[in-house]
Amino acid sequence: MTETFDKPEIRTPENLVYSKTKVLTDNVMSYCPGCGHGTAHRLIAEVIDEMGIQNNTIGVAPVGCSVLAYNFFDIDMQQAAHGRAPALATAIKRLYPGKFVFTYQGDGDLAAIGTAETIHACNRGENIVIIFINNGIYGMTGGQMAPTTLPGMPTSTSPYGRDTQIMGNPLKMTEIVATLPGTYMVTRQAVHTPAAVRKAKKAIRMAFENQKLNKGVSFVEIVSNCNSGWKLSPVKANEWMVNNMFPFYELGDIKMNGELVK
Amino acid sequence: MKELKLMKGNEAFAEAVIRAGVDGYFGYPITPQSEVLEYLMAQKPYERTGMVVLQAESEVAAINMVYGGAACGKKVVTSSSSPGISLKQEGISYIAGAELPALILNVVRGGPGLGTIQPSQSDYFQSTKGGGHGDYKLIVLAPASVQEMADFAGLGFELAFKYRNPVLILSDGVIGQMMEKVELNPQISRRTDEEVATECPWATTGRPKNGPRRIITSLELDSAKQELHNIKLQAKYKQMQDNEVRFETFDTEDADYLLVAYGSSARICQKAVQTARKKGIKVGLLRPITLFPYPSEAISKLASQVKGILSVEMSAGQMVEDVRLAVNGKVKVEHFGRYGGIVPTPDEVVKALETKIIGG
Repeated sequence: MTETFDKPEIRTPENLVYSKTKVLTDNVMSYCPGCGHGTAHRLIAEVIDEMGIQNNTIGVAPVGCSVLAYNFFDIDMQQAAHGRAPALATAIKRLYPGKFVFTYQGDGDLAAIGTAETIHACNRGENIVIIFINNGIYGMTGGQMAPTTLPGMPTSTSPYGRDTQIMGNPLKMTEIVATLPGTYMVTRQAVHTPAAVRKAKKAIRMAFENQKLNKGVSFVEIVSNCNSGWKLSPVKANEWMVNNMFPFYELGDIKMNGELVK
Repeated sequence: MKELKLMKGNEAFAEAVIRAGVDGYFGYPITPQSEVLEYLMAQKPYERTGMVVLQAESEVAAINMVYGGAACGKKVVTSSSSPGISLKQEGISYIAGAELPALILNVVRGGPGLGTIQPSQSDYFQSTKGGGHGDYKLIVLAPASVQEMADFAGLGFELAFKYRNPVLILSDGVIGQMMEKVELNPQISRRTDEEVATECPWATTGRPKNGPRRIITSLELDSAKQELHNIKLQAKYKQMQDNEVRFETFDTEDADYLLVAYGSSARICQKAVQTARKKGIKVGLLRPITLFPYPSEAISKLASQVKGILSVEMSAGQMVEDVRLAVNGKVKVEHFGRYGGIVPTPDEVVKALETKIIGG
């Protein structure tokens, strides 16, 4: 492995097939090895780069694993209070209609404490992009039950598994916001395979392109793994995600061009 | 040219906000301040000046919209009344922590809890001693007239941008609801995006092509750096204390006794001073205009002159603690207040002065 990296002679322009986008900084990411956040960050950064909007984009990341996202995106960013990113984004976009504005939120943030802000920003049809990372758990605080935790799934605050009789049912925010007239595009993606990564990037690109149309919220959920919180290796976590998360949180487009797909 | 109008305090504030070239208002209805949002919506400031006016889904969302707008360098404002201001406290703490300029109006009603919709001054502690979490201070302006409701909109933004700090206008149901004549300033144009970018190089308006990205955050996981941030904030609050104390005095030159009161209580005390002087009691009034920074030095000086001080508030006794700190035991300090939405009469104030200070 080291040998490959130590061969500067192969690092020539004609051999270059891929390089890190300039919209990501060189800071070491604080995400756990194997976590989907890093890939999701890269896709957003690549889209911003490819669209040439690095100097015209404002990102908002609230509390959660992605609270330090401003260390990784080389764009202007605001850190929001827990759950409030859509409120910040609403004001930014209304005060600067010509800028591109996106939020990057986890499931605890978007679907629990920030439910009201999410639903009302979507319902008002704010011209923003919402990226929703759903890993079914509170990652940063150490693996507690999230609004999206699957029935029976153990977490540190549901150590014997989520008992829906006592703890309630997981919330499908993506399906909820798709019913609102203010959302223009709603899709659920993943970043666990090269094919999924390509599809997710296409969705994120479309979401940012939609912002030029002034037709409302483009909402991209990314079902992701949390190998640390799930207490599984990265590979096992991805397997668990495919076998357990995807049947409940079905991947695919839910609303496109303002029309429900299914 | 200045314009003379007869307006409610809440309306005068709203009109002054438009004329001050404010970029955005975000609010939620609550009595007794709903006229602010109602007036703004009726005036269509989005047509008059291009100002954004939005009724948010909650006070929590409204204050966070203010955070988002302020972090872009825009002049943004929210208003509410006591229970709603409680809901905004988290956001206010974030705005103070991230050092953003913003204006917040509290038209205070009686509490605790849902309380009453009648006027009160029981949010003094919340306004001047923190309110939200962490060591922070707001500049707190206390209007005592409809004129000051209008004037403090402009002054509030001037101070907010000077110190990159939230400014709170601590009004009450009397000042918000009563009608008086008010002289309105001429319309100031809203700053262009280019002007905002020049004046606020720290603002997140899109990463400059030739400079580093801007980050607005109140988070610092390294405790040593967080302590430095706190030290910097405290130095800023010290500067406010040194430079921004505002107060006015009435009939204090020959006074044997002193009333200290702010906002609508100060209006009542002005009448009480006249009544007492007719009875031969030489009493004066000090009205703090800034509640933080507090006019401690002025009160301390007067404490060397007078025999006793009565702090008059529509609360169970909150500002009286700051009066006592300023006086530091030099003379007797007592509190007189009505609360729960009851407004005291000037005669009650005179009687309290006679029983608690002169005869006490």
